[in-house]
Amino acid sequence: MSQLDFSFLTWDVIQNYVLKGFFFSVELTLVAMLGGIVLGTVLAMMRLSGKPWLEKPAAFYVDTLRSIPLVMVILWFFLLIPKLLGPLGAETSALITFTLFEATYYSEIMRAGIQSVSKGQVHAGFALGMTYGQSMRLVVLPQAFRNMLPVLLTQTIVLFQDTSLVYAVGAHDLLKGFETAGKNFNRPVETYLVVACIYLGICLSLSQLVRRLQKKIAIIR
Amino acid sequence: MSSNWDWQMYCRTTTEQTVADHCLGSGGDITYLQWLMSAWGWTLSVSVLGLLVALVVGALIGILRTVPDRRLAMVGEVWTEFFRNIPLLVQLFLWYHVIPGIFPALKAVPAFALVVVGLGFFTSARIAEQVKAGINTLPRGQRFAGLALGLTLPQTYRHVILPMAFRIVIPPLTSESMNIVKNSAVAFAVGLAELAQYAQQVSEESSHFEEVFIPVTLLYFLSAFAINRLAGFIEKRVRVPGILGAK
Repeated sequence: MSQLDFSFLTWDVIQNYVLKGFFFSVELTLVAMLGGIVLGTVLAMMRLSGKPWLEKPAAFYVDTLRSIPLVMVILWFFLLIPKLLGPLGAETSALITFTLFEATYYSEIMRAGIQSVSKGQVHAGFALGMTYGQSMRLVVLPQAFRNMLPVLLTQTIVLFQDTSLVYAVGAHDLLKGFETAGKNFNRPVETYLVVACIYLGICLSLSQLVRRLQKKIAIIR
Repeated sequence: MSSNWDWQMYCRTTTEQTVADHCLGSGGDITYLQWLMSAWGWTLSVSVLGLLVALVVGALIGILRTVPDRRLAMVGEVWTEFFRNIPLLVQLFLWYHVIPGIFPALKAVPAFALVVVGLGFFTSARIAEQVKAGINTLPRGQRFAGLALGLTLPQTYRHVILPMAFRIVIPPLTSESMNIVKNSAVAFAVGLAELAQYAQQVSEESSHFEEVFIPVTLLYFLSAFAINRLAGFIEKRVRVPGILGAK
């Protein structure tokens, strides 16, 4: 057994190597979550619209992206985006990729959420003279969001873990920050251990929070 | 998108970049087509072996989480939380860099075996979740009935609970088996010569990436689809007539 030595991990090292990466991981998670939920809701509404010209493209988009490994999606977008939009850098490319990719997962959740609202609610909205858009916005979606909140948040925890895959295009995230520090100080074993513990700590506490929220929502309902 | 495709690259050798007489290579040189096929082979073997590890370990951990002994159940819970809450990529680094770093004797273990174990344990946490849920959907009376008949706890599991529970969890396991094919792509990070690693390396070597990425993506589709069909076939064969037909 060789000795572990964590003494090189001073506040200065963390500030110089890790913090920027950590903030990028958080930024990527939040942007992809918000953008993904908005785009995912649109996709879910398209798939439930009953109009084939809206349903088919949305289903194709969701099914295609979901059957390709995320690593491949990241690489595809990383090489395609510069051709379409010009050079943007690994970080911006990752933000776009994750938003577009996670939208497919959020859309499946939102689809279940919209379907969980009883039909009578929509009919009641129509009976009150609401348009389709109004009954969606004021009646169905608020309930769908509320019913699906725990699942949406659980997916966000998975998303946070998935952000580590930007490693494939060399974006500077939490993992990359620690890895660089590990290489520079020749302490890779220690840095990988620490970064694993950080992911574990963050994801465990977030999933505990979601569990608590789930209980709270269940009681109110 | 590039307008001039260069599909001939698949007949070129990887060393000389000359067009081989035979696309499947001749003599000592291998072509890009052969490289692609070998990469596909690695992806499939890592996925299938990883799935086996995941099924065996996942079933054991899932069962452990439902036994009356609180300490044993706790072991199962800790296992699940640990392997579920660390990103797969970081877990592979733990297997590849950290464990051999702490135990130098393990340095000789090839990357392939580490990826199989890493991918298998990562997936085992998800399978344990399904197995636990499957056991818990059975009426509690079945367990009590088994014990009341004088069966020991292991016998109750073997003859009463598990034959039903395993059949209940097969549909969710089908999607998990597709996930493992997709997740195997993460192995590129530890240098295993599977499809994603092939895509990354060859697209860097050649000027067009579409010719590299399109076949790789299609092979992933194909592999996931094949595993899905296989799991669907098994699901049909083991279905309990009448009882679970509605599920």
